[in-house]
Amino acid sequence: MRAADSPAPAQPSAAAAAPPLPQRGGNAGARRSRLAAFLDSDLLHSFLRSKLVVLAALVSVAIVGAAFLAPVIAPHDPYDLKSLSLLDANTPPAWEKGGDPSYLLGTDDQGRDILSTILYGTRSSLQIGICSVLLASALGLSLGLWAGYVGGRVDTFIMRIADVQLTFPAILTALLIDGVALAILKHHTIEGGKFSILVLAIGLSFWVQYARTVRGVTLVERNKEYVEAARLIGIGPLKIMFQHILPNVLGPVLVIATINLALAIITEATLSFLGVGLPPTEPSLGTMIQVGNKYLFSGSWWMVAFPGFTLALLALAVNLLGDWLRDALNPKLR
Amino acid sequence: MLAFAIRRLFEAAFVMVTVALIAFVVFRFVGDPINQIVGQDTSIEDRLKLREELGLNDPIPVQFARFLANAARFDFGISYQMKQPVTAIIAERFPATLELALAAAIFAVGLGIPMGVYTGINRDSWLSKIFLTVSLIGVSLPTFLIGILLIYVFSVWLGVLPSFGRGDVVRIGVWRTGLLTTSGLKALIMPAVTLGLFQMTLVTRLVRSEMLEVLRTDYIKFARARGLPERAINFGHALKNTLVPVITVIGLQLGAVIAFAIITETVFQWPGMGLMFIQAVQNADIPVMAAYLLLVAFLFVFINFVVDLVYVRVDPRIRILGRPT
Repeated sequence: MRAADSPAPAQPSAAAAAPPLPQRGGNAGARRSRLAAFLDSDLLHSFLRSKLVVLAALVSVAIVGAAFLAPVIAPHDPYDLKSLSLLDANTPPAWEKGGDPSYLLGTDDQGRDILSTILYGTRSSLQIGICSVLLASALGLSLGLWAGYVGGRVDTFIMRIADVQLTFPAILTALLIDGVALAILKHHTIEGGKFSILVLAIGLSFWVQYARTVRGVTLVERNKEYVEAARLIGIGPLKIMFQHILPNVLGPVLVIATINLALAIITEATLSFLGVGLPPTEPSLGTMIQVGNKYLFSGSWWMVAFPGFTLALLALAVNLLGDWLRDALNPKLR
Repeated sequence: MLAFAIRRLFEAAFVMVTVALIAFVVFRFVGDPINQIVGQDTSIEDRLKLREELGLNDPIPVQFARFLANAARFDFGISYQMKQPVTAIIAERFPATLELALAAAIFAVGLGIPMGVYTGINRDSWLSKIFLTVSLIGVSLPTFLIGILLIYVFSVWLGVLPSFGRGDVVRIGVWRTGLLTTSGLKALIMPAVTLGLFQMTLVTRLVRSEMLEVLRTDYIKFARARGLPERAINFGHALKNTLVPVITVIGLQLGAVIAFAIITETVFQWPGMGLMFIQAVQNADIPVMAAYLLLVAFLFVFINFVVDLVYVRVDPRIRILGRPT
């Protein structure tokens, strides 16, 4: 009866797969049809046509893979304080005069291997970036769906907050949340506290874009027949929002999320560089650049150059992928 | 027009009150203000007396009203860290940031518009491709990385430009300017380029796409048919019509420039408001943070308001119909 009552062609998979395990079944169905559509569509074609995009994808995969495998492939463990020796500090890269072959890219001011620290640091940067994008998209998606579907006062209230927040650049919001959290937790040290603060600060600064996009699509979708049909057979608003409307807003959300990932990584690096991000004991790329910056004038260029290059490469690659995805999924945008 | 201005004014006031509320809540409830002001050995009686004197026992709405009244008179209390009135600190730091932001804006516009026009006219030349590639890299690189790169090349390697500070400043009344001395101007170059690079790429891309669009229109074809010289067509007819969105974007970006000055000022140890804010965040100096927040919010709201009005004024095609949803 459910399947028969769902007339909209955009929705068959979610409704058809509903009976056994509604939530999971619906998602898997949507994904399968999405995958089939992906292989059929010219998305793949336009991907392979642009050499730059393929290169960007390869670079992204290489960096993410290296970061993921950091504990396995890193020659040293930068978190293991026992293995550090100040005698090894400020060693230049292996090919420079005075270099040590066991420290391929040299060491920092505490004798940590730069290559290993970059691998672990990229891992932290990516973890924070991905977690904060997930937080921002979950928050923006829920609020956008809620505002768009319910409308009225809820809509006005949520969108007003969004307007106020949009008045400021995200980096300022992130700095402020970070600063306030630091002030609150000044006298307490919580395990992993810095990580959560950063995710919270970056996540809360980026939700507006998702909320506005999702709200716009929801406003259109909620008046369509399939939503009306679902409402008529007595499906609750929560289920309509998350099971029926949600699949239709995922496309734009995916695009925003990809572009935001690059932004989130840069924001994290910036906060760490400004000295309010991850501490030097568990460095991210931004922290490494901040530390290395102090030694720029003493000629230790490798402390800044390698993490800086990694960060730039990662941001550029993810940015290119995001741009391509936006253009490929939206033919209206030239 | 008047109704539009009044509605925008109300929206601006709403934003300001919201930000003030956030600043007040942070100011009042993050840490105990008394603990921040007095030392360890102050007796409890003295603390209670101070609490009463500062009005911290009054009802919260009364305290918020007082906070608003004080903020309207630019009174933000005493900095926890520097033990000076916040207003005095800001008055000292503000000229540095404003000069930096203006220099960055001039750099962005002065270079961005010609580059945009060039890439718009000569779409397929190799120089255009270089410009666009450079602008893509400029957008993707984090600001602080560009600053460090510039310092490495021009201070460490070539040794021609100073890597930190403002150089010598001249005092004109209450305004301390670095624009009148050679060392001040030299110190300004790298921070201004670092800060303005992102906006420059933005202006370039915007002017380019607008030019491409305008050059396709009929009146440009008509101007060509009349035998006007290329220069008159490109600059007299085409560029003029691309400027409306460019003005808007530049206006709106001025706010972003002030916000991103935080990063640039940290890299170059530029003694402006951004550096002050970062130090306040690191030291949990709440009065300075609250004051900076309100000041920046005011600048943003003011710029947005002016840009909205200018936009309507400049482009009569914009119809103001009721409340947009």
